[in-house]
Amino acid sequence: MTTKVLIADDEPNIVVSLEFMMKRAGYEVLVARDGPSALEAIRRERPRLVLLDGMMPGMTGFDVCEAVRADAALAGIRILMLTAKGRDADIARGVGAGADAYVTKPFSTRDLVKMVQEMLA
Amino acid sequence: MISAPVVLTVSGLYLLALFAIAAFADRRAAQGRSVIGNAWIYTLSLAVYCTAWTYFGSVGRAAAGGVWFLPIYLGPMLAMLVAWIVLRKMIRIAQSHRITSIADFIASRYGKSPALAALATVIAVVGVVPYIALQLKAVSAGYQILTQGSGPQEEALVWWRDGALMVALALAAFAILFGTRHLDSAERHEGMVAAIAFESLVKLVAFLAVGAFVTWGLFGGMADVWARAKALPGLTDLLRIDGGQGGGGFPYAEWFGMTMLAMFSVLLLPRQFQMMVVECVDERHVKRAAWAFPAYLLAINLFVLPIALGGLVLFGPGVMDPETFVLSLPLSQGATALALFAYVGGLSAATGMLIVETVAISTMVCNDLVMPALLRQPWFGGRAGGDLTRLLLNIRRAAIVGVLLLGYLYFQIAGDAYALVSIGLISFAAVAQFAPALLGGIYWRGGTLRGAFAGMAGGFLVWIWTLMLPSVAKSGWIPDGFLRHGPFGIGWLAPESLFGLTALDPLSHSLFWSLLVNVALYVGLSLARAPSAREASQALLFVEVFAQDSAQGRDQAPIFWRGRARLEDLTGLAARLLGPEQSRRFFEDYARETRAPSVAQIRADARLVDRVERRLAGVVGSASARVLISKAAQESPLGIEDVMEIVGEASEVRAYARALEKAGAELREANERLKSLDQMKDDFMSSVTHELRTPLTSIRALSELMLDAPDMEEVEREEFLGIIIAESERLGRLVNQVLDLAKIESGHAEWRIVEMDLRKLVSDAARATAELFHKKDAELVLSLPEGPRLLHADPDRLTQVMVNLLSNAAKFMPEAGGRAEILLREEPGWLVVEIRDNGPGVPLADQATIFEKFRQAGDALTRPPGTGLGLPISREIVERFGGSMSLDSQPGQGSCFSFRLPVGREEAAQDRPDA
Repeated sequence: MTTKVLIADDEPNIVVSLEFMMKRAGYEVLVARDGPSALEAIRRERPRLVLLDGMMPGMTGFDVCEAVRADAALAGIRILMLTAKGRDADIARGVGAGADAYVTKPFSTRDLVKMVQEMLA
Repeated sequence: MISAPVVLTVSGLYLLALFAIAAFADRRAAQGRSVIGNAWIYTLSLAVYCTAWTYFGSVGRAAAGGVWFLPIYLGPMLAMLVAWIVLRKMIRIAQSHRITSIADFIASRYGKSPALAALATVIAVVGVVPYIALQLKAVSAGYQILTQGSGPQEEALVWWRDGALMVALALAAFAILFGTRHLDSAERHEGMVAAIAFESLVKLVAFLAVGAFVTWGLFGGMADVWARAKALPGLTDLLRIDGGQGGGGFPYAEWFGMTMLAMFSVLLLPRQFQMMVVECVDERHVKRAAWAFPAYLLAINLFVLPIALGGLVLFGPGVMDPETFVLSLPLSQGATALALFAYVGGLSAATGMLIVETVAISTMVCNDLVMPALLRQPWFGGRAGGDLTRLLLNIRRAAIVGVLLLGYLYFQIAGDAYALVSIGLISFAAVAQFAPALLGGIYWRGGTLRGAFAGMAGGFLVWIWTLMLPSVAKSGWIPDGFLRHGPFGIGWLAPESLFGLTALDPLSHSLFWSLLVNVALYVGLSLARAPSAREASQALLFVEVFAQDSAQGRDQAPIFWRGRARLEDLTGLAARLLGPEQSRRFFEDYARETRAPSVAQIRADARLVDRVERRLAGVVGSASARVLISKAAQESPLGIEDVMEIVGEASEVRAYARALEKAGAELREANERLKSLDQMKDDFMSSVTHELRTPLTSIRALSELMLDAPDMEEVEREEFLGIIIAESERLGRLVNQVLDLAKIESGHAEWRIVEMDLRKLVSDAARATAELFHKKDAELVLSLPEGPRLLHADPDRLTQVMVNLLSNAAKFMPEAGGRAEILLREEPGWLVVEIRDNGPGVPLADQATIFEKFRQAGDALTRPPGTGLGLPISREIVERFGGSMSLDSQPGQGSCFSFRLPVGREEAAQDRPDA
């Protein structure tokens, strides 16, 4: 049984790269293109980990993160926030929302994979 | 009938209760926990307007003339409509100058003239004496009704002469206890106000109780009263609006005159001025009083007609004096308790008036008649060390007794001949003489002392001749021949028909002539000669009172005093008049306020002199205070140039303060703008960073992945490389556009403005982008006018706009059946270019922000790539040429971007500064 990882990002080309990376690392990959569908996928599929983009249409990644943390049924899901906004305030927002880790774009693919593996270990 | 001891005991107990209330309020005031700081109390205290005259007289008037009693209450209601404007101004002036009476108010306005103060006091005293008599008459007549029944009045005559005197003396004692217990520099009497408010409540409830008793106890409701009154011959007239006036149509002149008279009275009667202006603790209370006081008047008049008609129906016309109906109706039905309560209500009405009136009058007599006389005595100035406060109080006490005795005297002279109501109106007409000088004084800077003095004196003399003397003559004390034939047989001087004017009733006649003379003299003499410096300065302080008290604070009001003063003289003077304790506190407060280290180090400058003078004015009146200060300090005479100069200085200070305030506001605003610019810049940088990082993320991730996975399939590798190239292009475009926008916004862009043909530019742009449409199998239609369309602009920049709009349109073309249209049309002064497509349109939510930076409409997954800067740049360019850009789109029906440019206005394109 493979580990499910959800990629939630609205930039198609970033999704392509993340999807390739996660598949190569041996995870089963799910994709969501906006906030509401990400939350819906989380509820339906219960992935072990979510790669969550901060800025998405419909519902920001921060909001999705907060919604997940507010739902006791979704406890234990690891969340790694990815965002192109690198200001301190944004990072604080991400941590405040309850993310397990916070990575700014652009990121090193190796580091990211290593981080995901550690979080799932 | 009720036994005399019972009535006397109840009256005594009631007065004791009043005194307890007053003592309680005074004690609370001393503790700083005032009970009268409340708009309801203020409103009730104004109801001192309703005296025994209202309580007994209105019914009498209604019984004789139907609704003819109403103007007396309509006037105040109308007056209260403008209370917020007029009354509030009077209150503000009075508080600013520590004015304590209406005579003081008028005198202070016209240069603090002692002569004018004395005249106003004489008018007030002579004018209200009949009114005081009226209260005495009412109280003693009521007593007689209660204790002796309603027998013929002659039998009781001997008794109630003495009774009235007794009442007068008892009330004098009472007023002395209320009004002159201590000398207060603000001349406020919190205990008195509280007691009056209570009395107003009592008389209202008592009157309503009698009204309800008659209407529903003796009759079957209002309709029954009316119906039974109608059945009686002679009473039908009372129910008509022109009733009782002989049926000669509606008496417009009388109604107008009476209403106006009452309007003035509610402001100018000494007791009204005392309650409304002097005792007002907070001018905001006027707001509620403006409707609540009229409501009170309405309530107390509700049952006047039912009681009057009820009495006439039950007793029969002409049997009983209608002015006693309030007592005799309950009494005749055996309702003795109610009759006693009604009597207490009437007692309330009378004592309330007497107390306030005599306190107000005694202040005037003391400050404006006795003090100036004393100040002229050489021996008076010699008593330098003595404390004068006790003397002042004693003068006031004597004045109270004196005024009440005068009232008693008048009552003896004229009391029999006149009904209550007629006596009251004589007083009204007297105080109406204050109106021109007072109202003119607070709105017209041109009014002078000469004008005010002559106007008031002239009006007063006319009043004496046309109203006062006839009232005495009709009572039989002087021969009344001159009433009919005029003095020495000169017919046109006959008091009640001056110059042959016979169309008016005596009251309207007197009012007409006295006010005509008054206003004519006031305006005429004021215009004839310019005001003196002191008059001009006081005029300014009065008329512009709100300007001085505005945001800049009172300290910047101009101070019209020139001279030298010694601190010891001022402290000595204050100690004599305020008493040592209050004087010490006054100087200590002043030292704190001016940041002087101690009282001894206060600078004896104009400001201190002005402050001491105002403070003393609160005790002895402004005219006397002026005299005292002029003796205590070495004054330089104040010239009109000095006044101008002082006003100039004060307004300079004010202007400076205003300028400072304005500069501060501008700084704050600039700071806010900077902050918001900073915020905008921060947001912009954050957006740019985001937009740069997004393509970089793909480029870096994909290249790293390709590096780490040499075994990658060829197709995948090509796909990745394709993405990398596309994202690199996106990065490049973004960098170019950010730089471009920054250049345009900062004004560093280069503009090559020439006369150019917009039609040619549009068709060239269409040709350049034709390939984009062709690729999507879309149709591009041009509808352009014939011939060139010239304007001044930079053709390269406009091409950039066209290409941006056209490539946007191409990007959003549907897969099949795409169609775009370019339209160039003319409007007067403008050329308009429209680019219409049949794409998805712009969602409503995005339309408002579509021209903002980094705002891309639609879903990131489905929308074509873009930087979010094309439209902002295009708009900047179009606006640079004096044009504008707009969007018209219904989602699902395509969108239409259009821009308009001005034609024939070279300067619009050229002159805009690029900085």
